[in-house]
Amino acid sequence: METQEKVYYEEELNPEFLDTIKELSHSNEIDRCIQCGTCSSSCPDAAYMDFTPRKIIALTKGGFEETVLKSFTPWLCASCYNCQVRCPSQIKITDVMYAIKRKAIQENVYPSRFPIPVMYKEMHKILTKNGRSSELWLMLNLYLKTLNPIGLIKMAPLGLKLMKTGRMSLKKESIKNKKQLKKLLKAVKENT
Amino acid sequence: MKEYIYYPGCSVKTNAKHYEESVLPVFKILGMELQELPDWNCCGATASMSVDEEKAAAINGRLLSIAEKAQKDIIAPCAACYLSLKKANQFLKENSEDSEKILKEMKKLDLEYKGTVQVKHPVEVLLKEIGVDVIKEKVQQKLNGIKIASYYGCQVVRPFEDFDDMDYPESMDMLVQSLGVETVDFTAKTKCCGGALTANLEELGARLNYIILKEAQKKGADAIVTLCPLCLFNLEVTQDNISKIYDEDFKMPILFFSQLMGLAFGLPKEELGFSRSLIPTKQIWNKIEIGGTNV
Ligand code: SF4
Ligand code: SF4
Repeated sequence: METQEKVYYEEELNPEFLDTIKELSHSNEIDRCIQCGTCSSSCPDAAYMDFTPRKIIALTKGGFEETVLKSFTPWLCASCYNCQVRCPSQIKITDVMYAIKRKAIQENVYPSRFPIPVMYKEMHKILTKNGRSSELWLMLNLYLKTLNPIGLIKMAPLGLKLMKTGRMSLKKESIKNKKQLKKLLKAVKENT
Repeated sequence: MKEYIYYPGCSVKTNAKHYEESVLPVFKILGMELQELPDWNCCGATASMSVDEEKAAAINGRLLSIAEKAQKDIIAPCAACYLSLKKANQFLKENSEDSEKILKEMKKLDLEYKGTVQVKHPVEVLLKEIGVDVIKEKVQQKLNGIKIASYYGCQVVRPFEDFDDMDYPESMDMLVQSLGVETVDFTAKTKCCGGALTANLEELGARLNYIILKEAQKKGADAIVTLCPLCLFNLEVTQDNISKIYDEDFKMPILFFSQLMGLAFGLPKEELGFSRSLIPTKQIWNKIEIGGTNV
């Protein structure tokens, strides 16, 4: 994972980015960030992030749209809500991370060789189609998508153990009323 | 008290079968026969929320609507399902432009939702509604002799505050204590297991779970109990990797609180899914047999 370091000129910034993220995250409080760093120090995954949560908030406020949307940080957020419940300015940081993820997917600028966005997209696709997700199909799909057969081979011993203890099924799960779900999801997207 | 309808979610039907195998009989013994929510769909967990908020609200909305029609509240054993449903419930009740539109579309498809359903976790219902006294009456065999670290993870305790304390909850400790189990002072009880990331990011997953396992070991726990399928899965499967990366062997059994409850209620251990553990559970049986006393 590389850290992005680049000089930005004001023309390259998007002053409306803050408002977009505020709306998408339903967190109007982002401006009130005092850069205290409580979020970063509460974050179990900060050590792996290219920008800590505090920096993501600062970059969002500053309109660094490209940097934020391409960052690995939101995909390394495990949604533990530690930062969110501790932020002295009541910023819904976890929800901001979710908002960034959704925007990055919408704009197709998420880190594409990174397994997490691929996994989320695949899982979401499977469950909106069948109504349920079955883990085996997801794993297969995932490794094919990230073109990482070694990953699949590495998973084999675990898969075997799960089979032995009856904890993995090869069945493709699905709901009965797929039609209703499909119609609902279609309508929701057309009319919102 | 409204009655509950049971929302299993995908995990308890696959990798966490032993959760369902123990939680349903336990509730039955306590006089609550939980019926499954008809034709339930997956809650989407962190995945759908990361991809599409309206769709995430709608798929959970379908579940809330089905429960409302049955005039029941939802009981959801999986922490991720619990939080997804609660978040969607809040979103749909907000009266925002988006939520109104989603509700309108739901109504057209015979999925009207007025917002009357509450979402609860089994631990909440056991402790706050059924109560420790009733539970104690059902105990046939005290589980003295074992020490347990109870691990809650993140998503039942945060961001909503109504479950218990966000950093140091004690509900599950109190539950297993009522069975005669000794619990350790486990400060890592709400540290993050990495959730959905752990399966794909080995180093991160190993580190986060190492912290939790090591703390439990240092406190002298014989096993960890948890209330979340994904936490249980992560704490089990990372133990192999941890021994490679940190050169430390953990053989820490990870159990669902409901398995211990079933055991104390006198159900045969073969029916409670202990054999599904990926980590040998022998050390627990030895201890319970030495220290266990019939009441
Ligand atoms: S905890 Fe809140 S106020 Fe402090 S740096 Fe993070 S977002 Fe800003
Ligand atoms: S919710 Fe995400 S960003 Fe916040 S502390 Fe947890 S992992 Fe870090």
